[in-house]
Parts: sequence; C-alpha cells; structure tokens
Amino acid sequence: MVSNVSDYKTDVHNDWCPGCGDFGIVSAIQMALAEMEIPRHKAAIFSGVGCSGKTSHYLNVYGVHTLHGRVLPFSQGAKLANPEMTVVAVGGDGDGLGIGAGHFVAAGRRNVDMTYLIFNNGVYGLTKGQASPTLKLGLKTKSLPEPNVNQSVNPIALAIASGFTFVARGYAYDVRQLKDLIIAAVKHRGLSFLDVLQPCPTYNDINTRDWFSGMDNIDEMTNRPRPRIYKLEDVEYDPVVHIDSPEEENEKLTQALIKSNEWDSKIPTGIFYKNDIAASYDERMSERIPNYLENPPAYQEISSGGKSITDISKMLDKLEI
Amino acid sequence: MSSIDLTWVIGGPQGGGVETAANIFAGACAGCGLKVFGKREYYSNIKGEHSYFGVRVSDKTIRSNVRGITMLVGFDAETLFRHADDVFDDGAIVYESDLSEMQIDEVHTLDAQFKERLKKYLLSKNKPFTIQGSLDEAKERGVTLYPVSFKEILSNLSDETKNPKIRGMFRMQNVLAVSISIGLLGLPPETLLKSVGSIFSRKAEIAEMNKIAANYAYNLATVKYSKFRYQLSSIPKEEHTMLVQGFQSTSLGKIACGCRFQSYYPITPASDESVFLESNEIFEVENNRPGSTLVVQTEDEISAIGMIIGASLTGARSSTSTSGPGFSLMAEALGWAGINEVPIVVTLYQRSGPSTGLPTRHGQDDLQFAIHAGHGDFPRIVYASGDTEEGFYDTAKCFNFADIYQIPVIHMMDKFIASTVSTVKRFDPTKITIERGKLLEKIDALGYQRFTPSPDGISPRSRLGLENGIFWNTGDESDESGHISEDPENRIYKMDKRAHKMDLALERIPKEDLAINYGVSDFCILSWGSTKGPILDAIDMLNKEGYKIGFIQIKMLHPFPTQYVQSLLSGVKKIIDIEANQSGQMGSLLNEYLDRKVDYYILKYTGRPMTCNELFDSVKKIIDNKAEKKQVLTYGV
Repeated sequence: MVSNVSDYKTDVHNDWCPGCGDFGIVSAIQMALAEMEIPRHKAAIFSGVGCSGKTSHYLNVYGVHTLHGRVLPFSQGAKLANPEMTVVAVGGDGDGLGIGAGHFVAAGRRNVDMTYLIFNNGVYGLTKGQASPTLKLGLKTKSLPEPNVNQSVNPIALAIASGFTFVARGYAYDVRQLKDLIIAAVKHRGLSFLDVLQPCPTYNDINTRDWFSGMDNIDEMTNRPRPRIYKLEDVEYDPVVHIDSPEEENEKLTQALIKSNEWDSKIPTGIFYKNDIAASYDERMSERIPNYLENPPAYQEISSGGKSITDISKMLDKLEI
Repeated sequence: MSSIDLTWVIGGPQGGGVETAANIFAGACAGCGLKVFGKREYYSNIKGEHSYFGVRVSDKTIRSNVRGITMLVGFDAETLFRHADDVFDDGAIVYESDLSEMQIDEVHTLDAQFKERLKKYLLSKNKPFTIQGSLDEAKERGVTLYPVSFKEILSNLSDETKNPKIRGMFRMQNVLAVSISIGLLGLPPETLLKSVGSIFSRKAEIAEMNKIAANYAYNLATVKYSKFRYQLSSIPKEEHTMLVQGFQSTSLGKIACGCRFQSYYPITPASDESVFLESNEIFEVENNRPGSTLVVQTEDEISAIGMIIGASLTGARSSTSTSGPGFSLMAEALGWAGINEVPIVVTLYQRSGPSTGLPTRHGQDDLQFAIHAGHGDFPRIVYASGDTEEGFYDTAKCFNFADIYQIPVIHMMDKFIASTVSTVKRFDPTKITIERGKLLEKIDALGYQRFTPSPDGISPRSRLGLENGIFWNTGDESDESGHISEDPENRIYKMDKRAHKMDLALERIPKEDLAINYGVSDFCILSWGSTKGPILDAIDMLNKEGYKIGFIQIKMLHPFPTQYVQSLLSGVKKIIDIEANQSGQMGSLLNEYLDRKVDYYILKYTGRPMTCNELFDSVKKIIDNKAEKKQVLTYGV
C-alpha cells in the first residue's frame, strides 16, 4: 500500500494564524507518516493544549487532544498499553517545559518508545503572548508589559539530562529536514525528543522568521544575511553513541550539552544525541514480563462468556489458612 | 460453652516488628478456626514512633473492633503508658519487667498533650508518673500482670541453643511475646509454629530460629505463669477461610476482572494495592497465554490518571489507586475522562484530611469531593465498599460500570479497610461477571464516529489501533467525530448525552447493588463504606438487649438512588446518619435528595475507626430519647 500525504490530512478547518510555523510542522508529520507508510489506524497523535494542541485534529490518524501539560502521561499510557501503535506526542514549550516539566523529566527516565515534539516559539500564543519558559531573559516580545524576568530553559540540555535517548532540533520552515528528523525520531527505539523552532508571527516579534534567517545580520562582504540556523551534519558532528562504555556516553552527552548552548548568532539543528544502546522501557519490561510485547494490556483476553478467565487461585491459596 | 470474644493488643516502636507479631498472632488464632479482626494504627513515621496492632478474636462472626483490651503486650514503655488504662479490669498485661521505673518524661515519643492527660489521670489515682504507677493502677482494678524479662529469655535461649547471635536479636521479642500470649491463652502450639513458619516463609534460617524461640516461650508461659482467666480453644475450621488484609481485596479484584494497566504514585494507604499488583504481575489465564498487569509508578498523580486514560483508550481495563491528596491532583483529568467518555476506575483509599491531615489515620472525608471533583458538569459513578469482601466483588462491578456507561468510576475504600486483617470467606472469582459494554472488537464499515447518537445515549467505542475506528478526543467540547465544536446545539446534544448516562445507570443497575437493606425499623441507620462492620456488630448487641434498629448501607453514592432509598424509608420514623467525618457528608446527600432530613448524626473524625461499643452506646441513647442531634465519638489512641 502506497501512502499519500493527503491520506493523513483531515478536512477540519485550520485556524492557525497566517504564516504560523505550526503549518510546517503538521506538513512534516504528514509527510513522515506517508513516507514510513504507517497505516492510519496504527498511528496516534497526542497533543497538549494551546495552538499546537489542535495539531491532532488536522491529522487523519487517531488523535487525542489532552490536557495542558499532560500530553506525555496520556501518550505514554497508550503506548505502554498498546506497543504496536506509533505514538507521537506534540505540544507547546509552555505545555511541555512549564506546566508539564515534571512529566518531561520523568518521561526521559522511562525511555518509552515514542516521539515527543515541542513547538518552541517562546510565547504562550493562545492566551495572547505571555513569556514561555524558552523566552530568553530580558527579551520583551510584543505583548509583554515588561521584559522577561526569568532565565530560559534549554530544552535540548534538559532532554539530555533527563535521559531522552534521541535528542534533535528542527526548524518549522525547513519542512524537508524536519520530516527527515521526524522519521529518524520515530524509528529510534526509545524516547525521542524534537525541539522545533517555530516562529509565532503574531506574538513573538523578536525570534521571527527573518531573525532566524539573519536578516538583521548582513555580511558586509557579500551583502547577504548570515543565517543563524545551521545543520549539525554540515559540521561533521557525530551524535551517535557507538559503543557501550561510560566514556563514550559521557563524551557524546558532553558535546551535545555544549552544542545545545549555542544561540544568538549560530543555532544548530539536526541530531544532537542518539543512543541506541540504552534499553527502552518495553525492553526492560520484557525482561520482567516475557510476553509483554506479544500480549500487551490492550490485547489480553480477560473474559469468556462474561466470566473471568484469569486464574487467581494460587494467590488465594496463599491467603487461605 | 460460652462464646469467646477477646482483644489482644501489641504495641511497639514503628519498624520494630509489631505488625509481624500481630500477623503471627492472627494466623495462630485463625489456624484454630477462630475468627479474627485486626487493625493497625501507626504514625506517619518510618522508625521509632508508637504503632500498635489490635486483634479481636472470637468464635463467631466479628466485623469491627471493640472498646477496651483483654490482653495487652508491651516491651516498650510507650505501649504501656498509652494503653494500660484501656485494659479491662479482668484483663491482663504482659510486659517487660525491666521497665517498671521508667518515667513518663523519659519517653520522648509521647506527645505533650498525651503526657498531660496521663499525668492528670495517674495523679487522680494517687500513682507516681512511672510504668509501675500505671501498672499498679491497673492491678488495683483487677488486671492480671505478667512480668517477663525478654532479655533474660533471649539470653537463656542463646545459651541453650548455643547460638550467641540470639542474645542480641531484640526483634525476636515480638515472637516471644506472641508465643507467651498464645501459651497464656491456652491455644495449642502447633498452629502457632505453623503461623511463625508461614510469616517467615521466605527466609528458612530465620523461620527455624523463630520457631525454636516460639516453642521455648510457649513452654515457658505454660510452666512459669498461671493460666489467664480467659482461655481460647480450637473450633472446627470453616473450609476455605482466608486471612486477608483489606487492600488485597481490590488488588485481587482487579486481577480477576481483567484490569491490565495500573499506574500510581506512592501514597498511604493506597500504594499497598499497587505493590501487591506488581508482586503478582504475571498470572495464568484459562486456555490462554499467561496474562500480566503492567504496573507503572509515575512522577505524580496527575501522570497516574493521565496514563490510565491513555491506556484505556487502547481498550485495556485501566485503573489507578490513590488517597485524598493524590485524588485532588487528579481532578482535572477526571473531567477529561468525563467529557471524552473514557472508562477508568480510580480506587480511592480515603484517609483523614484536609491537606496531609492525619496521613496514616482513617477517615471518610472525601465523599463530597469524589462526587464533585473536577470543574464543569460531567457524569461519574461514586461507589463505596463496606468491607474487605465487598472490596473484591465491587472492584469488578466498578469496572463493569465504567465500561458500560463509558465514564470514570471512583471506588471508595478507606484506611480502616486497607489495614484491617480479617478472616473472610475465600473470594469466588466465578461470582464476578465481566461486561465491557459497547467496546468494539472490529469495525467493517467506513464512517465510524466515536460519539454517534444511539437510542440509549451510549455510543459504540472504538479503541486505538482498530482498523476503520479512527476517532478524535479533545478536552474541548466536540462534535460526533470528536473534533472541536463550539456550536450551541451540539453543546446541548453532547452535555445531555453524557448526563443521561446517570439516569440510565440508576435504571439499569440492580437495586441490591445500589444499597443494602438490612431491615428497616422506626429508627433506621443510614451509612456508607466501612462503618458497616461496627454498625452490624452494634446492631447485634442492641438486638440482644431488645432494641430494634434498621440499617441501610448505601453503596451507590452518585448518582444517588433517591427513589430506592426513599421507598425503603417509607415506614421509618427517625434517620440516624453514621459517618467517619466531621460534617456528615452523606447526611448532606440525604438532605439534598430525600424529601426529609437526617434526625441524628453519629460522627467520628479522630482518625481512629469506630468501635461497635461506641455505636451501641450512642444508638441506644437515641432510641432512649436521651441523645443530642449530633454525637461525636472519641475512643482510641
């Protein structure tokens, strides 16, 4: 079965602002699903609350628009109960790194085999532009009464510190690269994180599309803008943990952390860190429950003719006197 | 032969083996065919604070604790200070003889309020503020004292068995104390040794050492001390009796009825259930592959409920187990499950609130909260179990309710049930049914819509992964396919569709599952949850004195079975509301739903469960027309 990108689109009216970076992300997800030929009923998109929360309604696969900050609990529960599903969770930076930050860290520790995309625009768009956790200290975006008084969180560094085994960054206006990153993230066995830089044309008047393209930073020699965004693959950066040793892992984690601190004039995109050696949650669970993947919670038979078929007699025997 | 009914209490510092001792005692008695009903009381503390375990033993059915102690066992000063005055005049105290000179002020774990009360009491009895003072007070009332030097026993035992290690094994005092008690009470040594063996079954060497100690202490008791005035004796054992802790009932119910996903965040007293599930995560399934429960410990209760909603969307029966503070965090997600018609079960082991409250103590504090938790109007079922046995069967019912009506179900349990150890009839899994409602296994036609209208308002439910079954969910109001809709007419359709399920539930759920009628009379008790045991025991006592009293145990608290309860109350003159909370939370429901008001309240909110004696006294006062409208019970330390 050859899949078309259009198969993954719904006819739900899209009400994002014109020029919003979110459009590029939805397209990239649709393209990635089509390219991987994932049957529509085998994929589920979970979303948080905010503009990005509507993403699940624009994708013609199982779509679960959850609560503010809680997309990771909902989606992990579904993936754990039915490991056959391709699960992609999406949400804003406020959703994932503000109200949901605890879940972000805990999810990293678990390493469930799924993908999490953060739509990172530095503002709370749907509530009219308040500062989000990724907005840099001292910036005063359009609707802020005063400059941002908080330090920003570094999503890539936090993901790495929390134990995500695939950490990458994409850019909403580079749909092709983003699609490839999504495919790599989904194919990765374990929890993959994608920080997607997604300019908000309405409320973030600082980190705009032009800003990312370097329109404010013209090279005097060539008279052309110096783009801030660059690709890690173009600078011979190797994100992969190749051998199972603490030294190798430390080296890769450290270089990723250093890279994650680049901002302002040079902003890296691409894969920062990839560890295929660390066991995913389902692999760890399979050691305890050998048939977990063949007989997961969603597919277990529990009754016959309305009667329980679970045999608890041994447990009851133990309690008998 | 007159019937046996006595209460044995052992106390000691938390972490010192009191629970093990009580379990051995309970096992030894149950092994002789006797019924036991034990409860554990403890502080929110890991080591050092006072904990105690009371085991009531009888040859007839018992469902509650009583006021007073027949035999108290203490090898630390605090136990003796705390409980000596509660020993019946014809009771006994088995105690560490070294302690007699200990002063009240030397015991740092005694709180100031208690010290003051105790000193006042001893002063009134003209006794010094020492253990000897407390013991003398008891002795003068007629209490038999059994001084025991546990250190000496350990030392002798060490010499006799040529095992120098035993001399320093102070934890073994527990086994010695139990064995001496069993000896004094006249039960045979065989069941004692069997119980010791089974408690330490995982550690063969320790089991052996403890058996030797048990045997030694048992013999010592029969040789050295005079027999206690009350003697226990074996009676024919009823077949298939189990000795169960309350929390095991809902755990076993979940496994039996097919709950295959449980997530939780650690909280007293709920987490024991999840730990039990994880300890028994793999099991046999008839004519099938082995089954398993996936138990996930989450970062908080918000995540716990989020995960079970996600798991339930895949068709797996899913639940979480928590207590008040955790349930508070779940409120928002409960509404999400409500608006999206997702079946989940939240097992709510209540304790004393508000806030952290009395974290290890009992309370029925969360009824009104369970009914109202979450913003906005959405349907849910709040269902309460009265004891361990109900806990097992009701768990299965709760999952059926959740699946049939596609709603969140809150199963009300509490700390009293959770930490009760009692003899119950073996659970019978063939008695439970599994009804999954309109959950779909297969969808052939195109055009499936999750919230499609249907005559009874409940739409066929697809699950993540099912071909042709794609749907959308959202916390926003949504249309039939699950996409966001702010259309006013759609809003009415969806709100009414969901609300209608409450009427449907009351219509379809059999009366005996809504409330249990133990008989009505002029005076009728209405109650819910774990007050059941003390109430039934109190009624037995009242009947013996010629008092007639009715009792209706309400199980379905929401939606409230107004019609049925109303019909039961038609001949009743006075309604007595009995609850373990301060405001009479079920009483408010009665006042709201019935066309009459509660006449009398009997409430207890000390964090300690009600005893049948307290209820006997307070109900009797009501019938004798000597009671205030509200009586507050206080017994227990």
